[in-house]
Amino acid sequence: MSKVLAFINDKRVRDVFYQAALLIGLAALLVYFIRNASQNMVQAGIASGFDFLWRTSGIEVPFVLTNYTQSDNILSLFWAGVANTLLVTVIALVLATALGFLIGIARLSSIWLVQAIAGAYVEFVRNIPLLFFVLFWYFGVIAALPAPRESLSVFGVAFLNNRGLTIPLPDAGANFRYAFIAIAISCLLHWLFLRWARRRKEATGRDAPILRVGLVLLLLIPVLALAWATLATRWDIPVLRGFNYRGGFVVIPEFVALLAALVTYTAGFIAEIVRGGIQSVPHGQIEASGALGLRPGQTLRLVTIPQALRVMTPPMTNQYLNVLKNSSFGAAIAYPDVVSLFMGSALNNTGQAIEIIAMTLAVYLVIGLAVSAFMNWYNARIALVTR
Amino acid sequence: MRAAATLRTSWRERLFGTPTITVVTLLLAAAIAWVAVPIIRWTLIDATWSGQTRNDCTGTGACWVFVKARFSQFMYGFYPAEERWRPNLAGLAFALSGAAIVFAPQRLKLRLGLAALVILPPLGVWLLAGGFGLRAIETREWGGLMLTVFISIYASLIAIPLGILLALGRQSELKIIKLISVLFIEFWRGVPIIAVIFLASLLLPLIMPSGIGVDRLARAVIGLGFCIAAYMAEAVRGGLQALPKGQREAATALGLSYWKATWFIILPQALRISLPAITNEFIALVKNTTLVLVVSILDLLGIAQASLADPNWVGMNMEAYVFSGGLYWLICFALSRWSKSLERQR
Repeated sequence: MSKVLAFINDKRVRDVFYQAALLIGLAALLVYFIRNASQNMVQAGIASGFDFLWRTSGIEVPFVLTNYTQSDNILSLFWAGVANTLLVTVIALVLATALGFLIGIARLSSIWLVQAIAGAYVEFVRNIPLLFFVLFWYFGVIAALPAPRESLSVFGVAFLNNRGLTIPLPDAGANFRYAFIAIAISCLLHWLFLRWARRRKEATGRDAPILRVGLVLLLLIPVLALAWATLATRWDIPVLRGFNYRGGFVVIPEFVALLAALVTYTAGFIAEIVRGGIQSVPHGQIEASGALGLRPGQTLRLVTIPQALRVMTPPMTNQYLNVLKNSSFGAAIAYPDVVSLFMGSALNNTGQAIEIIAMTLAVYLVIGLAVSAFMNWYNARIALVTR
Repeated sequence: MRAAATLRTSWRERLFGTPTITVVTLLLAAAIAWVAVPIIRWTLIDATWSGQTRNDCTGTGACWVFVKARFSQFMYGFYPAEERWRPNLAGLAFALSGAAIVFAPQRLKLRLGLAALVILPPLGVWLLAGGFGLRAIETREWGGLMLTVFISIYASLIAIPLGILLALGRQSELKIIKLISVLFIEFWRGVPIIAVIFLASLLLPLIMPSGIGVDRLARAVIGLGFCIAAYMAEAVRGGLQALPKGQREAATALGLSYWKATWFIILPQALRISLPAITNEFIALVKNTTLVLVVSILDLLGIAQASLADPNWVGMNMEAYVFSGGLYWLICFALSRWSKSLERQR
């Protein structure tokens, strides 16, 4: 009897028992749900399996980056949606980071009014739902833009009106390909040069002309390459014919509205991260680097930014993943992203809810895991190394 | 840069300290005036305040007649006018018990809170939905600010307890419980909330036995609740991790079981630490309730959006957006100020 009691009261036995009970309970619940689902699907006459992916989609998409057309299969529709999601996410990330840094630094400005305006922006943006901004930009701003005939012209080559943004398109991409190869090579050269300069400095103590070489390799060569490519390519510049523009590439209003909403909203959050990051560097660090004889620029580059980055990386990762997830808000204004194309249109046509939902969620989970893995690697690289 | 941000200086110095600052201040002031004057003219000076119909909107500014005419819809959606005392009463009950808990003596707080937690949620649903002596009102007729508040409260009633359990699970020494909690949290945090709302509205009826329907609104609340629970779990985890390990060890040494130690020692301290983070997640939840729009449930933003289609009130986009956006801003700003003051008390 006492042996049995000892057995029941053994913590290890209890731990195993509780966990087994939880697992069995969850498994039973899952089996119950799956049985109900399969019964319901049989009753409703819904097929299962992934065969539907090879059926012709027949869904027209107003904005595609891939070669998708209406006669392609549903799998191509899926990829077209993924491409649109990634497009708006990447562009929004870049613009929101730039705007966020600007506002975050403005919040620390020595000029009070600059601080106040940046602060007001942050408080305004952060306390309003993102969906509000999406609808506001789409129905409030873009819809109120003039008709194509009275378009707002951007330097005479791009035109903004209530049917979207018409931008010029290069006739051939070859020159740009060469330009990007040149830029990549000069970046590589710059990296090799920095390595060489650091080695030499460690060995002999002599400085290399880092700034001048850097300006040439990172600024002059890319600018020249892009300028050459721009001038050497024939551009298809949109022209007003009748009631609309011909030529060029039309960025649909849904994209413009979603991008504007994502950028203005996310910038408010990034600004707070930037401010927090910079403020987290103790003032003594800056005074100490001054005492060591570093110039203000050097202090910023060698002392403040590396330490601020360490604090900023994890929350920035979160914000970047939020932008990816928030790009699905486009579904509310029918921007053809993966949620609205696949979870919306394709699901309506096929009715295969479980497969389609699983695939859509997998897109976000896979990208999210990849980004987290990369940021964890980066974070580990820049983390403080202690003894 | 930093000194100016922290030191208290006179307003004259802050605005006109040096010639550069003076120039920038003046330029910015001009820019503000250039933006703000038309906005103020539109919202206040040139606005129309009195009237009944679209024809009274003769001014060049905003026409607040529209908001006045539709005010009850913005607040209650299509909830029958003669039954609106019910949501009012439910809101009053929630607000009064909240106040009672805040101002009650320390030793009664917990009991009052638990009692409110047991009594209020079913009472609220009964008052709003009806049945048992009250006229039944379908959730299709609910809407407006009332629905925003309803979804926020009921989704957090799912999210906060579940989030606390998940956070405890994530800290657990039991490998399988920890694994399940981590998987659950990371899954819901990794997918867009809009997709979760779609998912809930499509899958919940599918996995229930045939014949048992799940109400449209309940689906959205459950979906939101699960998703927010994962975020809440991370907020609570912060508080749990901030507690020294000795707290649980000491409790165990005194002979308290896991749940007793958690209930009497760990949670009271951890929740106090993570209250600001929990409030921030609640603000995010309030903002995310707007997403129920995609399954055609009309909360405050949804009602504003739907009102744009009214043929009797063409061209009232800005008025609808300014009013609904302003309300959201007021609610979220007040909550975030409260969360900041909690942080300072600590």
